[in-house]
Amino acid sequence: MMLRLKTTPFHPRTEAIMQANQWRRWGGYSVASAYEMTHDREYLAMRNACALLDVSALYKYEISGPDAHAFLNRLVTRDISQMQPGGMAYTPWCDSQGKVVDDGTICRLDEGTFRLTAADPNYHWLEENTAGFDIHILDVSEDLGTLALQGPCSRDVLAEVFGEAVRELPFYGIIHVENDLQISRTGYSGDLGYEVWVPSGRAVEIWDRLTEAGKRYALQPAGIWALDVARIEAGLIMLDVDYTPANKATTPAQASTPYELGLGWSVHLKKPHFVGKKALAKEKAEGSALTLVGLEIDHQALASEHEKIGLPVPFPFVPWREIVPIFNDEGQVGYATCGSWSPTLKKYLALAQVKPGSGEDLKIDIMVDRFRKSFGAKVRKLPFFNPPRKRG
Amino acid sequence: MKHYDAIVIGGGHNGLVHAAYLARAGRQVLVLERRPVVGGATITEEIYPGYKFLIGSYLISLLRPQVIQELELAKHGLELLPLESTLVPLPNGDYLADWPDHDMTRRELMRHSRRDAETYEEFSLTMRRLSLAMKPLLDLFPPDPTSLAPKDIEQMARIKGVLGNMQRRDFHTLCRLCTMSIADFLDEWFETQPLKAIKCTSGIIGTFMGVRSPGTGYVALHHYLGEIDGVRRSWAFPKGGTGAFAQAIASAARAYGAEIMENAPVHQVLIKHGAACGVVLEDGREFYADRIVSNADAKRTFLQLVPRDQLPGDFLWDIERFRTASPACKVNLALDGLPTFSAVPQGSEQLLRGSIEIAPSVDYLEQAYDDAKYGGWARKPFMDALIPSLLDPGMAPPGQHVMSLFVEYASSEMDWTAEKKAEFLDVVIDTLAEYSPDLKSKIIHKHIMTPRDIQDIIGITSGHIFHGELSLHQLLFLKPSPQWAQYKTPVRHLWMCGSSTHPGGCITGAPGRNAAMELLKDWSA
Repeated sequence: MMLRLKTTPFHPRTEAIMQANQWRRWGGYSVASAYEMTHDREYLAMRNACALLDVSALYKYEISGPDAHAFLNRLVTRDISQMQPGGMAYTPWCDSQGKVVDDGTICRLDEGTFRLTAADPNYHWLEENTAGFDIHILDVSEDLGTLALQGPCSRDVLAEVFGEAVRELPFYGIIHVENDLQISRTGYSGDLGYEVWVPSGRAVEIWDRLTEAGKRYALQPAGIWALDVARIEAGLIMLDVDYTPANKATTPAQASTPYELGLGWSVHLKKPHFVGKKALAKEKAEGSALTLVGLEIDHQALASEHEKIGLPVPFPFVPWREIVPIFNDEGQVGYATCGSWSPTLKKYLALAQVKPGSGEDLKIDIMVDRFRKSFGAKVRKLPFFNPPRKRG
Repeated sequence: MKHYDAIVIGGGHNGLVHAAYLARAGRQVLVLERRPVVGGATITEEIYPGYKFLIGSYLISLLRPQVIQELELAKHGLELLPLESTLVPLPNGDYLADWPDHDMTRRELMRHSRRDAETYEEFSLTMRRLSLAMKPLLDLFPPDPTSLAPKDIEQMARIKGVLGNMQRRDFHTLCRLCTMSIADFLDEWFETQPLKAIKCTSGIIGTFMGVRSPGTGYVALHHYLGEIDGVRRSWAFPKGGTGAFAQAIASAARAYGAEIMENAPVHQVLIKHGAACGVVLEDGREFYADRIVSNADAKRTFLQLVPRDQLPGDFLWDIERFRTASPACKVNLALDGLPTFSAVPQGSEQLLRGSIEIAPSVDYLEQAYDDAKYGGWARKPFMDALIPSLLDPGMAPPGQHVMSLFVEYASSEMDWTAEKKAEFLDVVIDTLAEYSPDLKSKIIHKHIMTPRDIQDIIGITSGHIFHGELSLHQLLFLKPSPQWAQYKTPVRHLWMCGSSTHPGGCITGAPGRNAAMELLKDWSA
């Protein structure tokens, strides 16, 4: 057998609707960048109807045993000591220097079992931190498929398929349905949305039931491009794009702390010892080298510079992911890591990390035809887009 | 009679690199090569008509990128074909593979151990950081830490600067790796036998130590210092074999004006008033130069080419005790078609384009050493195999193949009669045939270079591929002798530029280049 990239449990269905062979890698899997020729409709569905995303490439670990709760509370920066069964939380976790190893969600499936999701492999990191804890770690990454159903109609679709109880699910809550499935009110779109956790063997069945019920709600399968636009609008960071995880950084300077990534709200210094606490307390007291900001790039100026020389305005519909220097009048103050046109807000958005106190009026260089030009980039509060229905 | 600025004894790759740099700086240089072809152990020979054998070195990784760029070796014909993968066939019919792709390798390791698949990433990053930190040391002359001479102090400060930039934990890991056995070091990381074994092999290639001998950790690190086009830890096959690489350097050296004379074995270095001034060949011809640079190994240089009465006793003592016992053999096979390996699943034949390692477990490797250390050979040898004709079709007639096998252990210290040679060649082929049942039926011609052959044919003492053991007591300022580790020798105007000097063996070009830089500086001083 030839070794190929893995395919997710939903592949029999996703492969069938792929129109332009736009596959990409994610966590060792082949996943869709977009199913249709362009991702426009897929994105719009996420904001106006509902989009169905295969996010099975996430790494998933089940942590159980008498000390599971204490272990996780020591591992992550956020205080999850009060988490009850059915609860879920987003949090980063750090190394002893306070540099972010990964970020993801933790949910409490029942009294003694938790599930952690991660963007990168974390089995080794979890194991390294188990000393003194009576726990059991199970890598269930390949046993579980995950579908994200995101958008204003996602609740209605799920209620039709799994019953009305879904409607009661609070933001960051998780419930068990049909014995071996869970539905959580989570996602990466910054919108009303849910994630369905499915044993691999039932993946195709669940996909079919959701897409069938979704027909009445304009459900649209969507790929990573659409999700990437949405997550930038939502101001949500991404590992390997907006930060280098601590264990992949060649030098400590390459890695980031939660404070630098706008995740200071998830660092609870008042809870008992957790990995990286000392370093983070020091940073909190002394200030951070960088801070995450949202940037709104002066798109009108960009448009007029193009129009001046007879060129159409290049809209960055597919988000870019690269390090782009950000300046103020004194010089470079930081860097942007990703950017996108926001079809919902009609703005050109970017996420950046800049030195605190660099001001609100920053600048970014963008190519106009074949020449580099400087454009204004105003600091904006994150998230850029935050509809009441997300929590409502 | 023409008087040269420098005469280089030995046209191995470091001698050629050295000559090319001197000629590039405008010096009149003569290279004297014993054999009818330059390259030393860096040669490709058509031992059997139509089939090109790699009777010495076979891959390139540690070659300093500066040598390629500064000598414009690409212009002179050097083409490097990176190896994509490593395959370890296992006796139970399974295999372990290191694929050219991260996701594929991770998935492959997951088959064997979930834990190792993740530890592997951290291990790779750690080794990358250590090799990044160590790499600059390859291009420095090794300072004597007991010396207060300004150049030694300056160089020590540079090394301190390199090491000072390391993260503390990395520095501690580096110290442990250099002093531990590679097997002990890997035990701290992994649980999968073939994975540990394959990582162990870097610690024993070319060295007469077992995977559990302290110091093999350093040898492994040495093999991690290479890069191809900036891709670290990558190995490449030079199109046409390593001989084509030697020809590329020779072509560059000639283009800069160096003269290269083949069939010119040096009998002795001529010394006048305590200074080297020329050489006399075995046929009686004499050549004169301001500087004589020996690319021969330290023992051959000082115990054969320089009259003993010209050398201080303590230096001779050091050189006589310089460890050169070697365990390495080269076997080449001409094959009627591609052999199949029972461990390679159908559809995965691309795995044969990389290294094929007969190294199923750590104990297998240690046992191979145990068999040989008292002066014998491994009953089940470790092999690093390559099928160059899959990468470069010019190596064999169309549809046919050549296979190169680097084999350990077989002691240089045993009495290598023709019968023993044939017997060990059978051991090698029998062992390989356990993994490739149709191998024997495809062999058209077989050829072995024992350590004794490497000594007799290529001219390296004991056939040691690194011109002496890469053990801690023979490194840096101790290489080859504590007071003479900066390419100079106790004989005025006699220099060294071969693998017996820092940073040691492998196709690096580093001793040749470093020695040239020092010699040119010395000249201008």
